[in-house]
Amino acid sequence: MLLLIVLFFPLLAAVVTYLSGNKLSGKVALLAAAVEFVLSLVALEHYCHNNWNGLVFTHGWIINPNISFSIAADGLSVLLVVLTTFLVPVIILSSFGREQANGRALYSLVLLMQFALIGVFVATDGLLFYIFWELALIPIYFIALLWGDGRDKQFLSTATFKFFVYTLIGSLFMLVAFIFLYSRTGSLSLQSLYAANLNHKEQVFLAAAFFFAFAVKIPIFPFHTWQADTYKEAPTIGTMLLAGIMLKMGLYGLLRWLLPVVPDGVRFFNPLFITLSVIGIVYGSILAIQQKDIKRLLAYSSFAHVGLIAAGIFSLTIEGLQGAVVQMLAHGVNVVGAFFAGEIIFRRTGTLEISQLGGIRNVAPKFATCFIIVVLASVALPTTNAFIGEFLLLYGVYGYNTCLSIVAGLTIILGAAYMLKMYQNTMLGEVKTLTSGFADLSASELTVFVVLIIAIFVCGVYPKPIIDIAQPALAEILKHTLR
Amino acid sequence: MLYTYLLILLPLLGFLINGLLGKKLSKTLSGIIGSGVILGSFIISCIFFFALVGGQASIEAKIFDWISVGSFHIEFGVLIDQLSAIWLMVVTGIGFLIHVYSIGYMHDDEGFQRFFSYLNLFIFFMLLLVLGSNFVVMFIGWEGVGLCSYLLIGFWYKNQDYNDAAKKAFVMNRIGDLGFLIGMFILLYNYHTLSFTGLQAAVAGGADHSVMFWATLFLFIGACGKSAQIPLYTWLPDAMAGPTPVSALIHAATMVTAGIFMICRANFLFTLAPDTLYIIAIVGVVTALFAATIGVMQNDIKKVLAYSTVSQLGLMFVALGFGAYSTGAFHVVTHAFFKACLFLGSGSVIHAMGGEQDIRRMGGLKKWMPVTFATFLVATIAISGIPPFAGFFSKDEILAKAYEHNKVIWGIASFASMLTAFYMFRLVFLTFFTSFRGTHEQEHHLHESPATITFPLIVLAILSVVGGLIGLPPVISANHWLQNFLSPVFAASQGHAAEASELSHGTEWMLIGIATAAAVISIAWAYTRFIIKKTLPAEEGKLTGFASLVYHKYYVDEAYNVIVVKPLLAVSEWGYEVLDKIVVDGVVVWSGKLSLMTGKQLRQLQSGNIGFYLLMMVLGIIGIFIYVLTYLQ
Repeated sequence: MLLLIVLFFPLLAAVVTYLSGNKLSGKVALLAAAVEFVLSLVALEHYCHNNWNGLVFTHGWIINPNISFSIAADGLSVLLVVLTTFLVPVIILSSFGREQANGRALYSLVLLMQFALIGVFVATDGLLFYIFWELALIPIYFIALLWGDGRDKQFLSTATFKFFVYTLIGSLFMLVAFIFLYSRTGSLSLQSLYAANLNHKEQVFLAAAFFFAFAVKIPIFPFHTWQADTYKEAPTIGTMLLAGIMLKMGLYGLLRWLLPVVPDGVRFFNPLFITLSVIGIVYGSILAIQQKDIKRLLAYSSFAHVGLIAAGIFSLTIEGLQGAVVQMLAHGVNVVGAFFAGEIIFRRTGTLEISQLGGIRNVAPKFATCFIIVVLASVALPTTNAFIGEFLLLYGVYGYNTCLSIVAGLTIILGAAYMLKMYQNTMLGEVKTLTSGFADLSASELTVFVVLIIAIFVCGVYPKPIIDIAQPALAEILKHTLR
Repeated sequence: MLYTYLLILLPLLGFLINGLLGKKLSKTLSGIIGSGVILGSFIISCIFFFALVGGQASIEAKIFDWISVGSFHIEFGVLIDQLSAIWLMVVTGIGFLIHVYSIGYMHDDEGFQRFFSYLNLFIFFMLLLVLGSNFVVMFIGWEGVGLCSYLLIGFWYKNQDYNDAAKKAFVMNRIGDLGFLIGMFILLYNYHTLSFTGLQAAVAGGADHSVMFWATLFLFIGACGKSAQIPLYTWLPDAMAGPTPVSALIHAATMVTAGIFMICRANFLFTLAPDTLYIIAIVGVVTALFAATIGVMQNDIKKVLAYSTVSQLGLMFVALGFGAYSTGAFHVVTHAFFKACLFLGSGSVIHAMGGEQDIRRMGGLKKWMPVTFATFLVATIAISGIPPFAGFFSKDEILAKAYEHNKVIWGIASFASMLTAFYMFRLVFLTFFTSFRGTHEQEHHLHESPATITFPLIVLAILSVVGGLIGLPPVISANHWLQNFLSPVFAASQGHAAEASELSHGTEWMLIGIATAAAVISIAWAYTRFIIKKTLPAEEGKLTGFASLVYHKYYVDEAYNVIVVKPLLAVSEWGYEVLDKIVVDGVVVWSGKLSLMTGKQLRQLQSGNIGFYLLMMVLGIIGIFIYVLTYLQ
């Protein structure tokens, strides 16, 4: 029952937010998101005390085909739900510094998106998972299209349309895979899928279909070309939702629906999957170096980071999987922080062109400090959250193949190069005309940063709870994968 | 345990106070807090140090479980033994002196509080590096000091050249850090632990040769980055962009010795990898010579010292390469004394010269700055290897080890030492002797520095004189205090490498004689050239041939730029504009367009013509009929 409340509360909140009108909607949404965060913490607490009653719910839904409304939260799900409920209020708060046109629609779409995301992370029936997966696409499409920053409306709609169609096609492959699975097992519940007796050929076909669906969303090289434009054109609130939470859907999908369901197929493709992921790390990092736009640079950086997460997952080692979970949480926090820094620069100067910026540190020391901490977290400096993740991920990849881990490890060099270059060219040096009147952080902006920074250090210094919570779920997944 | 917490957390506290309160603190208060916390750490270090000297056993303590996954558990723990105690004394002791110095040096800087917060943070990370009970905790400190180095090199952030230097330092260090990480992975994969005691136990009965070789080689790449050895040394001379106290503390006395510390800490692994040790010795001696030759031609007072540091670090690696770990540690200690003294002295000079760093514009400064001059001279004598100053003993020990194992390396190292004596006295003569060559305005401004600056200089000068007493050679005394003190740390390596010198007293005296004579000749040479003949270094553009090559630092930076940086930027640019936008995305866009086009064509079929539909239906039925007849019979 508890999990059901956690799932449906945002939907209710979306309706209430829409009804509350443009003036109040932001505050209502923030309050609702905060309540939702508390609810998810209660769920986490239940999980930690092995109190499973509230965390599993199954109810018959469609009789023919046999689809049940079943949701459950194990350690993996509960962590991603908490990530979502933690980030959504932060994202809502971060949008307050700017006047939002038609706020009630925007904020209710954000909450609707949260509902879908949580659904994705807790669904244990294939079709239910698919429905939430597709549902999540709708609000973000409208957020990107209608509230986008791009001045060129034509380009904006092309970019969002490409994103929409690309991921939709990816999902269709997943739908086909689910239909096929249903024809073989007569049920799409996780348990029956684990028990499905599939031959090698079927598994290979299914693995390819699932992989394509997830790879577009994550994205994994070479399915990433929708990303930079969409991140650039979407409003920052949308970019944060996309990069902070939505791409974790794809990574989560790998862990929950690909690895344990078609292990033979995964093993067959694994050299290809992990190589593509590692190519993405280096490719994204190198392309990030010369980017001229902060949001595009962060998009390529994010692409590189998630490549490492995917590589860790495909290493099929417990260290790689643990690293993936830790890094999913870390990446969510850090990327939201980084895009928020970009947003602040955009609000003050009206541009994200790195060459027009510079010297902001002279006039906005608080912002400079917050930004450098976020930068350091994204280059995985020890004591920040990303270090734990990268250490485990690279070690996981090392367990798979030494050379691949060295190539993947280039991210720590290249990451430092492009992030510090970007920081230097926007923040350091002498002030320029555009930046001379740069106001330092407002109270609400500072709050956003402080919350994120606390998360960065807490997870970096004491990651044990995260690892312990994820451990049983990952062990279970690995057991099915290596069966 | 309380002491351990205090030792580590005091500098962190100082960082937080100075960092969060910032300008709300007065400069005096900020300086007092910044230095006070380090003094506190120094006092606690002394307590630990003297307890260990008194024969107490080393302490290993777990603070909390940090990363426990699958087959391994990494604790957040500390190890206080003889080795960490030596480094603790250097880091907090010299650290404290440099904090005091900075109160005077940075007095007029608007970023005063920020400076102290960074310095405190640096000490915090350095303590973690030194105290970590496993490689990962050491790595926190290792990267943390790299961060502080970045922040402090680029302290004057309005200057983009300084920012470039800072970024370069961080990125080059990261190249080494990747090596460090891979080295850790190899060990973790094979032994399921990264704690020093755990690893020592695991390899006690011998270890797989290739595992040891690769693990130590990758760790050594990390050491090359942090301790500025070929090929990763070019960041250190650029790092002189930072305020001078930073150069003294981070880029001379403490952080750059982290590579030596790491190898000493993991000596039981390196000893099992003789090939790696051999590589270390070669890299060390080549770096020592290479940097020394560059030092001869530099005209920036801090650049000379920077190349000298690179060269001296090379000598330390030579010692490590021969398995003489305590000798390497010995030179770290004496080098910390005299090089910190030299850097702080150069800072005092730069302060008096109003920011001028070119020694061609100096001269005759001893008249105005007697204390700076005297201390600088003492430290120069020490680095040149004149007995009985501190540098003599540690350098002589390194050369003796080299002579014992490899005469070629001994020859090169001796030559590098000779060059050291030459360029250091060149520096002294050009800076402090003959007459002043700067502008009148500068001359008018010349003054001795205040007590906060001269006090650390005097203390360090005294240490540069007497520091050698901790490691007297066997010909003078049978009791090498430092070697005895550190022997528990290097116990596992003792059977393999010659820790105790096996040279006869006669040979030993001969080596001492040669080294001293070489130093004296170099000094005399420098004296003739710069005092008697009053030669001045040539202005830029007038150099030819080899001199020009050396003056331009063998064009290594330029070569790196052409070989690595420019191609990388070009690939980045090209990869985005062509590969990503046109090729990879092209496939996506064209498959989209293809489906649109197919759709357009297929749409023609749905023309609304009933006759056509009927025709298709009939054809379809016939088709199915034929299929059924042929295949299902």
